[in-house]
Amino acid sequence: MQVTFRIQKYNPETDTTPYYKEFVVDGVDETWRVLDVLEKIKGSMDGTLTYRRSCAHGVCGSDGMRINGRNRLACSILLKDLNYRNVVTLEPLPSMPVIKDLVVDLSDFYKKYELVKPYLITKTNPPEAERLQSNEDAEKLFESAKCILCACCSTSCPSLWTNENYLGPAALLKAYRFTFDTRDEAPEERLDIVDTQDGIWRCHTIFNCIEACPKEINITWHISQLKKALVNREI
Amino acid sequence: MVHTFDVIIVGAGGAGLRAALEIPQGFSCAVLSKVYPSRSHTGTAQGGVCAALANEEEDSWEWHMFDTVKGSDYLGDQDSIEIMCRDAIRAIIELEHMGLPFSRTPDGKIAQRMFGGHTRPENPADPNSKRVAVRRACYSADRTGHVMLHTLFENCIKQGVNFYNEFFVTDLIINKGVCCGVVAMEIGTGEIHTFHAKAVMFATGGYGRAFRITSNALIGTGDGCNIAYENGIPMEDMEFFQFHPTGLWKLGILISEAARGEGGILRNNAGERFMERYAPTVKDLAPRDMVSRAIYTEIKEGRGIKGSDGTYYVNLDLTHLGAQTIKDKIPEITGFARTYLGVEPLTEPIPVQPTAHYAMGGIPTDNDARVFLNAKGKILPGFYAAGECACVSVHGANRLGTNSLLDIIVFGRRGGKAIAQYLKEAEFTPLPKHPEGKSRKMVDDILSSKGTENAAQIRTEVQEQMMDKCSVYREAKLMKELVGDVRDLKRRYKNISIADHGKKFNTELMEAIELRHLLGTAETIAVCALNRQESRGAHARVDFPKRDDKKWLKHSFIQHEDGKPKISYKPVVITKFQPKERVY
Repeated sequence: MQVTFRIQKYNPETDTTPYYKEFVVDGVDETWRVLDVLEKIKGSMDGTLTYRRSCAHGVCGSDGMRINGRNRLACSILLKDLNYRNVVTLEPLPSMPVIKDLVVDLSDFYKKYELVKPYLITKTNPPEAERLQSNEDAEKLFESAKCILCACCSTSCPSLWTNENYLGPAALLKAYRFTFDTRDEAPEERLDIVDTQDGIWRCHTIFNCIEACPKEINITWHISQLKKALVNREI
Repeated sequence: MVHTFDVIIVGAGGAGLRAALEIPQGFSCAVLSKVYPSRSHTGTAQGGVCAALANEEEDSWEWHMFDTVKGSDYLGDQDSIEIMCRDAIRAIIELEHMGLPFSRTPDGKIAQRMFGGHTRPENPADPNSKRVAVRRACYSADRTGHVMLHTLFENCIKQGVNFYNEFFVTDLIINKGVCCGVVAMEIGTGEIHTFHAKAVMFATGGYGRAFRITSNALIGTGDGCNIAYENGIPMEDMEFFQFHPTGLWKLGILISEAARGEGGILRNNAGERFMERYAPTVKDLAPRDMVSRAIYTEIKEGRGIKGSDGTYYVNLDLTHLGAQTIKDKIPEITGFARTYLGVEPLTEPIPVQPTAHYAMGGIPTDNDARVFLNAKGKILPGFYAAGECACVSVHGANRLGTNSLLDIIVFGRRGGKAIAQYLKEAEFTPLPKHPEGKSRKMVDDILSSKGTENAAQIRTEVQEQMMDKCSVYREAKLMKELVGDVRDLKRRYKNISIADHGKKFNTELMEAIELRHLLGTAETIAVCALNRQESRGAHARVDFPKRDDKKWLKHSFIQHEDGKPKISYKPVVITKFQPKERVY
């Protein structure tokens, strides 16, 4: 079987603007991951093709990219999930500076992640054994804790496209993860961080983040819980 | 560019991050990773991390210790195993305090599930009574490694740890018999940096990518191990490589033992629960080496299931578990079956095959992550190793499921503490004249080569050869061929060239360097596997089917001397449990 990949290329050392290059790849199967095709191109057709990858099964979040116009992980999408008889187009995640080919600069993404204090804050001394938490309360965290920091959500968000200072869905999801942890003792501190002009109120429930999330996290719902907590606090 | 830090930690998986948390304020520490910390392979661990918390039923660290010793086929050092199993309880509570979101019992404690090889005496009052499976693995659904990695990363951010992300370490600096830094390539710019330090820790992970079918991330290429080896440091027990019995057929993606811990059953082409014949008491929850051999045997004797491409698999049946258990306890792995094989685990069995999973061997260390320079126990001052790249040895010839996550948090911490202690008195050893010389030459040689060989092709060939000749079952004839094959590939490697001659984000260059490490690691595995003439744990020789304690109850050390590998031996530490026949 044959498939045609049209990939956005950009080498900062030689190119002034990005361009597209087409690769006709033979000997593939519809059960191949998009990443498998990329590996084949890099290994035998064009060694300069550049992208990030690590676990290859949707757990590490390295290979987020735009596949046929949607933010996806190259290792979690199979050819049969795409309209592969037509040309498959790959581009870097939108709205972030491109370093080379499909690799984008993640500094801003991680900076915003760190801004929401993405860690448990406690002020009292812990007991000798574990802190108790009901399974129900623990499970309220599981969906948000699934986040793999792939940046598919934040780079799909029109609010972030138009305002680069906006924290974005990934950072807000992380804020939920700790604000609603019954063990956390600084939810107010974190709510203050997101209750700013470029914080949570920039979320206009466009739902692109949900559509983009490879871990099927209902990000907007989590953001809405933070909004509710803020509204209740103000009342 | 030269940077100066008290401590450099290479690798931002569980072991490296846990060690970084131990470096006290007042000392400078930087963690170097060739990826971003959250991309580290620790994140792919699924099923759990064991500690005898006894939250679900009676348990004790001694039982955990016994299981680990027996699981290791008596090759694990019992002093180290005792440290790990005792400390497990504190280590898990600590992770909970750090914020790890564990699944919980009805009374709000950390939930625990069954796992392969973890047992208790059926009658707790009688230690000699039949051993039955015990709920010892603490878990967070089937994402335990992911939440552990993230919790440790989050705590490092809280503590203000310095990260150098996408820095690819290319060399270790040793001067006057002391380790005093590393050389690294900044991937984004291609610039070579020297990191001058009083202490260096390697927490660089494993090398499953030496095999064609593997659960390991593409980054698992044995860089740290091979860099140490090339610098004259020995590797311990390289012949012991674990094949996890349940990798997704063809892909090798891990389907956690938690699937069987929750009641999943392995079946052959007749639908028979074949593990009943191989491990009558614990059945599907036998240790990984035994289950992998059982699957190979079923397939060899014609009871496998033939797939569309002519290769064989067996079935992992979860259909009786019910939708709720699957959704709550093992959502991630059942998702993999759907995504990658189009199989619905609620109604259909999952095709699985053994997959290269974990390196028991690696850089030899003492119980505080200090690295041995030889089998006699000489220490290389300033150099530490922890996690999968290291060999303490707590896993011996076969690691029990969950014990890798435990190893990284226990020995990562101990290594960090030992470094903190060392820093109190250590001075900077001056850098040698051209610390970057070797790395620059290596990079320049690859970039300027006009050779005719293709790195990706050589990589595929070594992975195929290792899989065919040195995986679950091994024999001299094939391994002799393999040693020759790998050496041929190493010769061909010198003649590779690459298309990307740029400096910035040159992943082709990086992969070529990773291949060097993969080939070096493959050679040590092959040489050690050929050398050990017995069957023990994951090392199963067709031509030497029995364990031979008289000759082989010892660790092998392979060391690079005058361009050739030389093997020596170190006795196993036996304290509480004398070697016995290993039946389950």
